[in-house]
Amino acid sequence: MRKLTCIVCPSGCSINVNQDVDPWSIVGNLCPRGIDFARKELTNPTRTVCSTARTSFATVRRLPVRTRGEVPLASVRSVMSEISRLIVDREARTGDTLIEDVVGTGVAVVATADLADLMEEEDCDGRPICSGD
Amino acid sequence: MIVRNVDVAVLGAGPAGMAAALAAARGGADTVLIERESHLGGILKQCVHDGFGLVRFGEKLSGPEYAGRFVRMVREAGLAVLTSTFVAEACRDGDESILMLVDRRGVTELHAKAVVLATGCRERSARQVMIQGTRPAGVMTAGAAQYYVNVLGYLPTTRCVILGSGDIGLIMARRLTLEGAEVLGVFEAKSIPSGLSRNIAQCLDDFGIELHLSRTVTRIFGDDRVEAVETAAVDEKMRPVAGTEERLSCDGVILSVGLIPENEVAEALDVPIDPATRGPLMDQNGQTQVLGVFVCGNASHVNDLVDYVSESGERAGAAAAAFVAGRRTRRLLPVIADSTVLLYAVPQFVDMDAPESGAVVYFRSREELGVTVVQVTAGGETVARHRYQHLRPPEMERLEIDLSRIPFDITFLNIGTESVAVAEVKS
Ligand SMILES: Cc1cc2nc3c(=O)[nH]c(=O)nc-3n(C[C@H](O)[C@H](O)[C@H](O)COP(=O)(O)OP(=O)(O)OC[C@H]3O[C@@H](n4cnc5c(N)ncnc54)[C@H](O)[C@@H]3O)c2cc1C
Ligand code: SF4
Repeated sequence: MRKLTCIVCPSGCSINVNQDVDPWSIVGNLCPRGIDFARKELTNPTRTVCSTARTSFATVRRLPVRTRGEVPLASVRSVMSEISRLIVDREARTGDTLIEDVVGTGVAVVATADLADLMEEEDCDGRPICSGD
Repeated sequence: MIVRNVDVAVLGAGPAGMAAALAAARGGADTVLIERESHLGGILKQCVHDGFGLVRFGEKLSGPEYAGRFVRMVREAGLAVLTSTFVAEACRDGDESILMLVDRRGVTELHAKAVVLATGCRERSARQVMIQGTRPAGVMTAGAAQYYVNVLGYLPTTRCVILGSGDIGLIMARRLTLEGAEVLGVFEAKSIPSGLSRNIAQCLDDFGIELHLSRTVTRIFGDDRVEAVETAAVDEKMRPVAGTEERLSCDGVILSVGLIPENEVAEALDVPIDPATRGPLMDQNGQTQVLGVFVCGNASHVNDLVDYVSESGERAGAAAAAFVAGRRTRRLLPVIADSTVLLYAVPQFVDMDAPESGAVVYFRSREELGVTVVQVTAGGETVARHRYQHLRPPEMERLEIDLSRIPFDITFLNIGTESVAVAEVKS
């Protein structure tokens, strides 16, 4: 019997899996996504990796990034080291691909913020109501 | 000094404030969104991990992505936004509120018919936890560590312990580990963790970081910089147990011991605060006991899901616009939470004169419970009920009430568990 915590949604169901029967008995999940999670977790666990990448811009030292999809749990560390070697030298936008295929997982690393926005000087969005007079 | 008038002033441009400003403008009010930082987005800017937006967008977004979607909506709506603008003082003037705005150009006196407070929360700091010893560099809140790592790109510790099992501490245990620091363990004085189970699974278990329950940091050693800590087991009354002390050498102590709603401006506006939530007393639309002053997001009570923060912002913004348009009367029914089972329930009142909006009650249980039915009753009648698979204090739950089902002669509502269905506490 394996006890897992489903990480698909904030409910965090506690799922019990009995692998001694065929098909496995999976109980404790509040929704069907928990069954898929449990199967995958016990065969090929995967995670999304979120981090930040260095940039070549003095005013924005870090750009938030993540893997577009999930990568094998076992390759999280090597994904991190490839991200740590990355230097973003263009004004990447949310969703832009920064690494096509990170450590051969077939998954891309993308920006999760607009670099130009992070650089923007204050007060240039919207219509300042107390300027002018 | 410049004097300006506005219908609705929204204070704070995190997810709550952005949603409130959008809703107020949609409701026809002349609205301004005020933020002390140079960028919109609030705390989400530094929350680079994913898990935001599952309820609202059906996707697991990172904090900056979730915030980015609202920033885009704010731009597209052409809202008036004041960034790098701090509300230094506030007071009431008749039916209006006056806010003293300070920015690089000077001071503006803003007269607002309605104010929406969306100032978020702050973290409990080292001063608020009792630890013996010195206060050397290297003792910091999890949010401060998050800012160092994610925004400044600087690793503030190479070997640390985490005190408290709040979600931000769990998230930072993973983040610091991935960035190459050694996390020696998470120490929680209580016997149950305060963070979500999924964060214990994906932030600690994935990396073999141990969670020590009923154990705390009792001493910090070091003159300029943290050199070591002493941890010890604690009994049910939180007293250290002699003989269980252990010394760990480290250069960082990360605190994740709770969040408190930020309410300086609310207090300046004479808004009464609920000691249970540490946020203002309010109705289902976030209107406080001071007419025309609304609150939403983490300023009203600490939320664990940003999706609900945005929802509360929308309700408050829409209600602020309705107030400006002339809605002035309220008929408030207190919502009385059964404090033997619930830590708190919000809102503390429902306004029966605003029935069209329905009411959403959020609550946290006091202890971990198995299958439980929670119900809202009016007199002897049940007006809302829901069966929960489990209730845990870290997980805020949501229950909708259809106000049209509440009889007119009722003077208060109760929320609690249906006694027959209360399952025994899970071991
Ligand atoms: C360090 C930290 C990490 C968190 N991590 C998570 C997480 O991982 N997941 C999650 O779901 N929740 C997290 N939370 C909770 C998080 O606060 C909410 O999810 C959500 O961001 C709250 O939104 P908000 O708009 O109420 O507040 P915030 O996002 O905090 O926004 C409040 C805004 O008000 C501004 N402000 C405050 N006072 C003034 C003033 N006097 N004048 C002008 N502007 C002012 C602030 O600068 C800020 O931008 C975290 C909270 C903290 C403190
Ligand atoms: S089983 Fe379904 S409800 Fe439970 S945590 Fe997983 S996704 Fe969420």
